[in-house]
Amino acid sequence: MSSNPTPNEILSELTQAAEKQWQALQNPAVPVIYVGHATCGRAAGSQETIDGFKDALEEKGLEAEIITVGCLGHCYAEPLVTIHYPGFPPLMYQKVGAGEARVLVNSFIQGGEDPCFEYLLGALEPNDTFPTLMDYPRYLYEKRVIMDQCGLIDPHSLDHYLAVGGYQSLAKVLEKGDKWVVEEIKSAHLRGRGGAGFPAGIKWDIARQAEKTPKVVICNGDEGDPGAYMDRTLMESNPHQVLEGLAIAALAIGASRAVLYIRAEYPLAVSTIEQAIAAAKECNLLGDRILGTDFSLEVSVFQGSGAFVCGEETALIQSIQGNRGMPRYRPPYPAVEGLDGLPTVINNVKTLSTVPAIVRKGSHWFRNIGTEKTPGTAIFSVVGDVEYAGLVEVPMGVSLEHLIFEVCGGIKDGKPFKAVQIGGPSGGCLPESELSTPIDFDSLRQAGAMMGSGGMVVMNDETCMVEVARYFIDFTQHESCGKCTFCRVGTRHLLEILKGLTKGEGSDDDIAELQTLGEEIIKGSLCSLGKTAPNPVLTTLRFFKDEYLAHYREHRCPALMCRDLIAYYIDLETCARGCDACVACCPTEAIFTTSNRKKAIDQEKCVKCGECVYACPPEYDAVRKVSPPEMVPDQGIKPLDKEEEENNE
Amino acid sequence: MSDNIEQDQEVDLEEQQVLDAIAVELPGFSRDVHQLLPVLQKIQHTHGYLPRDSMVMVAAHFAVAAAKVFGIATFYNQFRFNPPGRHPIKVCLGTACHVKGGEIILENFTRRLGIEEGETTQDREYSLERVACVGCCALAPVVVVGEKIESYVTPSKVEGVITEIEIQNEIAEREKAKDEQQSDSE
Repeated sequence: MSSNPTPNEILSELTQAAEKQWQALQNPAVPVIYVGHATCGRAAGSQETIDGFKDALEEKGLEAEIITVGCLGHCYAEPLVTIHYPGFPPLMYQKVGAGEARVLVNSFIQGGEDPCFEYLLGALEPNDTFPTLMDYPRYLYEKRVIMDQCGLIDPHSLDHYLAVGGYQSLAKVLEKGDKWVVEEIKSAHLRGRGGAGFPAGIKWDIARQAEKTPKVVICNGDEGDPGAYMDRTLMESNPHQVLEGLAIAALAIGASRAVLYIRAEYPLAVSTIEQAIAAAKECNLLGDRILGTDFSLEVSVFQGSGAFVCGEETALIQSIQGNRGMPRYRPPYPAVEGLDGLPTVINNVKTLSTVPAIVRKGSHWFRNIGTEKTPGTAIFSVVGDVEYAGLVEVPMGVSLEHLIFEVCGGIKDGKPFKAVQIGGPSGGCLPESELSTPIDFDSLRQAGAMMGSGGMVVMNDETCMVEVARYFIDFTQHESCGKCTFCRVGTRHLLEILKGLTKGEGSDDDIAELQTLGEEIIKGSLCSLGKTAPNPVLTTLRFFKDEYLAHYREHRCPALMCRDLIAYYIDLETCARGCDACVACCPTEAIFTTSNRKKAIDQEKCVKCGECVYACPPEYDAVRKVSPPEMVPDQGIKPLDKEEEENNE
Repeated sequence: MSDNIEQDQEVDLEEQQVLDAIAVELPGFSRDVHQLLPVLQKIQHTHGYLPRDSMVMVAAHFAVAAAKVFGIATFYNQFRFNPPGRHPIKVCLGTACHVKGGEIILENFTRRLGIEEGETTQDREYSLERVACVGCCALAPVVVVGEKIESYVTPSKVEGVITEIEIQNEIAEREKAKDEQQSDSE
């Protein structure tokens, strides 16, 4: 009897065909155009870009292959396009709209004469002519493990993933066994990337040793943190990496069922993952008797319904079971008693995406990245007032300053840095003095913030910290499931105080109340939502107390943000005659022309949207913003028609 | 006044049609209570909202109390209980969007359309919603109009978004009128 082929042998057959295809793509006969087509690319207009390329190619009668890829993380430069023209290194272009696509076709793809330096971001391979992306600070400091292939492969092609080494870790684990992989993950000291940082290997071991069967694995893709979108990007850009990690986790604990819990606000992530599951099943990489072994795994997608608290694992389980997503007291932990009372491992998208790399390269390699206590890398979505907004993957332990100023290019328009908000509603705002804090679970918690899921909003001096605190409390207050009184009523009370402050109302007692109530909410809440909800208030109070005081003592918002405490007016000295830019943009027609044809703002009609500030041409720069509103000078001017009316009288 | 009554009757009629359709669909769904959320999602996906009586029907389907279904549907942000407009507008109010003025954008839509968030205009053309975060934070502030994501939205772009829809509507109407004229002459 001939022996059955091993998982590795079955996989290598699949891989060989994929590699052939991949090799052809690396040495293309016709130009290949890769367009970043994840949600952020689409928001920036990548569909128009694709149409632009198609139209221009058709007009010129040229042949080229268009491939859609995921997100590279350089969201500030979307839509991103890479052109691999035979004989050139692959060249990446930024902000390519339909017009730029046409220019690229006419001058580059037709004949290869002019590679259009003006749109070039950089080359993807070292060469003599073009600057390469890898020489940029962003790439130099980045360490891509999980995002390694994002934006470079087609997420809808299983072959692309196979060609870059996909599913080899799964085959390896199928041969080496569950015990081996649990030990490997344990010794890699991989900590859960969902925010809490619990060692994944230990969680797996608990579930593996649990007696009850069947067992379940859940991939937590509920990413409810406003400001964070790395899970979405991973699912949209490299779905098979998530699935491979999920299958390995299932094998490790002996589960026969896996669920991907993805929020419904991410329709593209849902459809990409569903398509990937179907493709993997077809090639026997998921489903029954995977790669010819006894291991079977039934994989399904469950759409979350937009409740922030469902990111918490016990609440997530409740929602799959058809209930309101309300957390319960732990223990028993889900690893012992989870979905339907079965042992259940819940891992974040990023945690699972890290697993294949660890299996492939070994725990020793992984431990050499990052810090001793938290090895590996962290992905951050660095957004807000930063020059190069997007996703960045850096080794754990680099400082915030390094990340914001070196990797992401510092603050936009040369404005001063004020604070960075880390970890969403669970995190806190850190000022300049805390910028040297190394990024890892423990140091951030010490500084009063939290790793959370890795959302990072950088703010310049025009952002009011009281208003930011109000925003987050408004969010958590709304998202509280209501089970714990402190969380339900306490956050509501915090919100009322903060609302008052942003209007210039309040007293010293209110500030004391914010502090004590904040601490009580942390003590009196069951799950992480309540336990971390006051963080934004407590950190801003700690680092920006002066700003709080200015609001109620001087009725002034130092950052000129709180709308009840500011006003706009037009400086007649610098306002140009005859320029109507501000009048045209005002949504409430609050701006009128005075008798000398200059402009003025009717304070009663003004809604303080600030649009006129942007509309006023920089050479005049005539719109002023002041706080408190009483600072608007009395210019004694009236609308032209009113003035005439009075004159006639 | 008479206009409103007519419109209300129209809405009632439409809702009855939706309910009839749901009555046909429901027996095809699983009765496993794990499927409760997915079934609500499917109904909303097909019809755009959950009419009050549809939740009573779902409760009967799963043999649970209607209060449970109401409780679940109102707990999750995804569900809406009135019909959406032909052009649903979702204003993102994630942190990045908020810092960049998302609240003002929402206010501008409110003013321009004359409806509050969660409402639909009387002519059923637009509905307005706020969403927690669509995950396009690098391009904030962001608004989702129908399926399309608009990035770097400014208060004056709000006017532009609505005008664009109005122009598209006008073009469509003109085309329709032209077609009708043609078919009449034939």
